[in-house]
Amino acid sequence: MIEKIGILALVMTLAPVFAIILILIVRRPSFAEFVNLLASGVSLVSTLAIFIFADNGKFAFWNGYVVVDGLGIWAVLCAAIVYFLASVYAIGYMRLLGEADRLPTFYALFAGFALSTLVGPLMNNAGLYWIAIELTTLISTFLVAFEREAASIEAAWKYIIVVSAGISLALLGTILFYWSGTFVLGPTYDMTWEALRQAAPKLNPALVSVSFLLVLIGYGTKVGLAPMHTWLPDAHSEGPAPVSALLSGALLNTAMIGIIRYLSVADAAGISRLAHGTLLALAAFSLFVAALFIVRQTGIKRLMAYSSVEHMGVIALGFGFGGQLGVAGALYHMLNHSLNKSLMFFGAGSVMRAYGTKRIPSIRKVAQYYPVVGALWLAGAVAITGAPPFGLFLSELTIIRAGLHEGFGLLVGLMAVLLIVIFIGFLNHFRMMYFESDNGAPTNKPPISWWCVLPMWLALIPLFIMGLWWPPSLWAHFTSIAQGLAPLSIAEASP
Amino acid sequence: MLAAHLDPLPAALFSLLAIGSLLLAFVMLGSRWLRHYMFAFAAQSWLIAILSAAIGFYGSYAELYIVAILTAAFRGMLLPYLILRIIRRLEVNREIHLILQPSSSLVIGAFAVVFALVVSYRIGTALSLDGTVVVLALTVMLSMKLIGFLMLSVRHEAVSQILGLLVLENGIFLGAQILVPGMPLLIEIVILFDLLIVVACFGVLVQYLLSQVGTTSTLHLKRLVG
Repeated sequence: MIEKIGILALVMTLAPVFAIILILIVRRPSFAEFVNLLASGVSLVSTLAIFIFADNGKFAFWNGYVVVDGLGIWAVLCAAIVYFLASVYAIGYMRLLGEADRLPTFYALFAGFALSTLVGPLMNNAGLYWIAIELTTLISTFLVAFEREAASIEAAWKYIIVVSAGISLALLGTILFYWSGTFVLGPTYDMTWEALRQAAPKLNPALVSVSFLLVLIGYGTKVGLAPMHTWLPDAHSEGPAPVSALLSGALLNTAMIGIIRYLSVADAAGISRLAHGTLLALAAFSLFVAALFIVRQTGIKRLMAYSSVEHMGVIALGFGFGGQLGVAGALYHMLNHSLNKSLMFFGAGSVMRAYGTKRIPSIRKVAQYYPVVGALWLAGAVAITGAPPFGLFLSELTIIRAGLHEGFGLLVGLMAVLLIVIFIGFLNHFRMMYFESDNGAPTNKPPISWWCVLPMWLALIPLFIMGLWWPPSLWAHFTSIAQGLAPLSIAEASP
Repeated sequence: MLAAHLDPLPAALFSLLAIGSLLLAFVMLGSRWLRHYMFAFAAQSWLIAILSAAIGFYGSYAELYIVAILTAAFRGMLLPYLILRIIRRLEVNREIHLILQPSSSLVIGAFAVVFALVVSYRIGTALSLDGTVVVLALTVMLSMKLIGFLMLSVRHEAVSQILGLLVLENGIFLGAQILVPGMPLLIEIVILFDLLIVVACFGVLVQYLLSQVGTTSTLHLKRLVG
């Protein structure tokens, strides 16, 4: 079994690696498109296979530096799905930019970025995880700056400065964690998540508190929790649409995994009040900031970006509430958000290219000019605001139930109010874009390629199914992850 | 732990090197000439390299010699050379738009050190390690962190922001050598290489910035708001 998983994991990571090498050797646009698509398909299939075969088991490879566990593979699955969808979409979208000679570079970077988000969650060593996250930043900076306009350069600059500064706090936290472990485990040890968790009850609480807060702020920057979210709207709105989808649907989850793993260490160390409290505060503040900026937004992709801040807040609330319900809801929300946000960015990218503007007031009567894309995009907008019958409704409801169950009534009330504000604000923009009839026609009404429409279907259909039916096997998967995250004493007490 | 049971001589040596690095951070904070800024950074990296070697010697961690050589080579020579090249190519010599006069930023930096001292003292007491070099190392690490953030927020020349980030990481490096000399070598080496990539990235970005935005002062980056 372990060999099978190992081979599959190797296939999953080697597919993008070979794609990068081939693309850089051949350097032909259409070949690059094809190889990247193939690699993303192979990655997705092998990730699915790992997900099914591993069945919540925990498999360590390479002297324990890499681990395939339930939590990690779930984030990898989200990333692989987004990578595949975005690769399909990129074929249609990137041709519109008219930079055929730079396309191979784009696809090489794209596959590299996807690779870094795929391996990040599987790092078993806190230091290696940090390196993987740093790599995602370095590669994606160039993708954000790809269009080489003044605005995208500005976004890339802010991205790398803000995120590098944040990530350096996470490094400091990681080192302090290591230091706190040396008092228990001796001066040199392998800083695996499990070793930290085992040692946690004996760690010094003051030191662990400082380290956890540093790590939370550091990786929280990468996740886009307010007030460290400032890079997120810029980077998401200025990169090409497939990159925005990958940033939002894959990268944010990958960074969230780190917070969750440290959170379980903090729980085991007995500082769960502080840890959960801070996480909840950041999450609620993210929702608040997102609500403010969504209501008065004029940029179409910035609107989607602030919606990512909102949903990361919701996921963080789920993990902050904790318990089986909270963890299950948050994990389900991760996948739903990845699918839905990809759909939204694909729609936004196509509409933006068709109308030749990113400004919402200049986009009007979408459904009239583009019936299919318009309908899919509108359905996605309804879904992302958490309306039934889509997956996000189910996961948000579960998180709210978790909050009530764990006794956070006030916070749940605040969350509900903010979600309603976001619902109204977000859909109001769509009402204007669809039903308002002032100026704002597409420049020359170019047709939207079916490469761009297909991934929207591929994202919407599962979203719809998952809204109607929560697969029991997924529920079992989430429950076992929640048990794995719970402090050791509780996990041992419950059979 | 090594730092807790040190003979007076190595303890004094470590303290001297740590305080020297902190002083150089203040030199960076107080100078408005990018070149001085960069030389102070190079000197600080050399001090940290010497510190690595000293810890390797007194704690008999052979791999720290490698780290010392790499630190001196990368952070002490290669990075400053690359940054110097960027400065020459861009023909920027100093900060033109100062948000904060160097003197006021020095005062704020002093407050940052006091804050760092209070935090480290607390942690030192909690671990019953007060009076050892550990408290000093923590203080220097945290205050270089804070000073780095201060530089990032009051400096607006692209090159100074790169240097601000490098100071952040220098602080971590210095603290990590004293506190956790046994941290796996692999990670330390990768972090060193990582920095090199960061600077390469920045070099490319600065070029873009100049060609597209027409200036390397980040004060002009205000298209994207709201």
